[in-house]
Amino acid sequence: MRSIVPILTVLAALIAIWYAGAVALNADWARQQAERQDRTLTTSELIVETWNQDRPRLPAPHQVAVELWDTTVEKKITSKRSLVYHGWVTLSVTLAGFGFGAALGIALAVAIVYSRTMDRSVMPWVIASQTIPILAIAPMIIVVLNSIGMQGFIPKAIIATYLSFFPVTVGMVKGLRAPSAMQLDQMKTWNASGLQGFLRLRLPSSMPYLFTSLKIAVAASLVGTIIGELPTGAVAGLGARLLAGSYYGQTVQIWSALFGAAVLAALLILAVGVFERIVTRHMGFGR
Amino acid sequence: MQANVISARNLSLTFQTNDGPVHALKDVNVDIGKGEFVSFIGPSGCGKTTFLRVAADLEQPTAGAITVNGMSPAEARKSRAYGYVFQAAGLYPWRTIGGNIRLPLEIMGYSKAEQAERVARTLELVDLAGFEKKYPWQLSGGMQQRASIARALAFDADILLMDEPFGALDEIVRDHLNEQLLKLWARTEKTIAFVTHSIPEAVYLSTKIVVMSPRPGRVTDLIESTLPRERPLEIRDSPEFIAIAHRVREGLRAGHEDV
Repeated sequence: MRSIVPILTVLAALIAIWYAGAVALNADWARQQAERQDRTLTTSELIVETWNQDRPRLPAPHQVAVELWDTTVEKKITSKRSLVYHGWVTLSVTLAGFGFGAALGIALAVAIVYSRTMDRSVMPWVIASQTIPILAIAPMIIVVLNSIGMQGFIPKAIIATYLSFFPVTVGMVKGLRAPSAMQLDQMKTWNASGLQGFLRLRLPSSMPYLFTSLKIAVAASLVGTIIGELPTGAVAGLGARLLAGSYYGQTVQIWSALFGAAVLAALLILAVGVFERIVTRHMGFGR
Repeated sequence: MQANVISARNLSLTFQTNDGPVHALKDVNVDIGKGEFVSFIGPSGCGKTTFLRVAADLEQPTAGAITVNGMSPAEARKSRAYGYVFQAAGLYPWRTIGGNIRLPLEIMGYSKAEQAERVARTLELVDLAGFEKKYPWQLSGGMQQRASIARALAFDADILLMDEPFGALDEIVRDHLNEQLLKLWARTEKTIAFVTHSIPEAVYLSTKIVVMSPRPGRVTDLIESTLPRERPLEIRDSPEFIAIAHRVREGLRAGHEDV
């Protein structure tokens, strides 16, 4: 229980800064409005005004909270205005992209660790692939795939895969190479086959590395999905909510979509963490 | 009457490095008879570990010949003729002690029942009965090393190759483990090749001591121990023990003088 106090203190401080920021950023507009109506605002009126605008530059926390509540609990989840609906659209693509990305990442890592040629030829490309800004390449992927009749789910999942395979590859290469020369020699003294060495030594050794990179990958997959949703005409998904919000100056909607995405990312990382704990417990990694 | 278990003739191994060739072994002749306990002693770089690794088919000699159980080291390794104990216990942290000892048995395809029976038997042999379900981090360094010896014994190889197995342990634990190792050797009648840089350890354990020196790695003295097979720890204060230790020290010094 004692550990909750510092967390709450930090949270309270952040919210206080946020409210102060809302006053600073929205004050101009509030004053202009008052001027037009020939009113003069007292300081307290001004502050209240800045926290309750329809299209504030920076919405106040309670406005975002109310919007979040309205769009998750109050709306039916099948509604196009439900954040749960948009969250699910994003989540399903994120999970697909994450699944493909993790599988591709692991496969590449195994190939790189077991083949010198792959190590020399593929690894530089893997790294180079991540230096291309995803914002630049995402629309091209969408356009190219659209021209061969693919749209919607798969192009977005491919962008998510593109972002999420990389941390898995890097982490798994490191993990599969974690066994010491001594441990590998030991396998040799038992005349173990390559497959036995992989399954009994390299793979278990790589688990801590794998889960660390999976946590990064799942967050990257979510980012990839949201970016993939931006150029698709903004039909559905958290990315679409962000884009629609910015078209119409709906800052409250943008912020609530951002928070939705943040909560989703946190939940996904948490889920990977739970999975990690189950697997490592089961494997018997101590403590 | 008994053929040699390990026999090396003019064995040489030269590593090519950027600083030129390094003669890890040069014209080494060693015979290890069945049931012997042979220690290899010398300063670092004298090739004692390299010799063991050549016998285990972990390094390839560049000249000369070596046989293990009458076969080439590669054939001996494939027929699982030896158990190898490394300097570090190297137990898998995600496996229990029992699971670690079971590892080579799983790899070699023993049946489940046989695995269980052998794990229990070898744990008892190294005095770790009751620790089967514990994880390595729950054991002391000395106990971990005993578990690693049990793992090398589990598949009943006739030969035990031990590369400074107690090098990382403190003196008191080491004395205790040396005593246990002698008992284990007496019970199992294995042939043991043991690398160490401790003179008392070599003299206390061995029936034969191979003294080596570096640059190039070679044998400078071969000492047949006159100590009885039954050796209480107190034997280390006997004149006989001290005489052998003295000769080992002389051999090590001789190796150093002509560098």
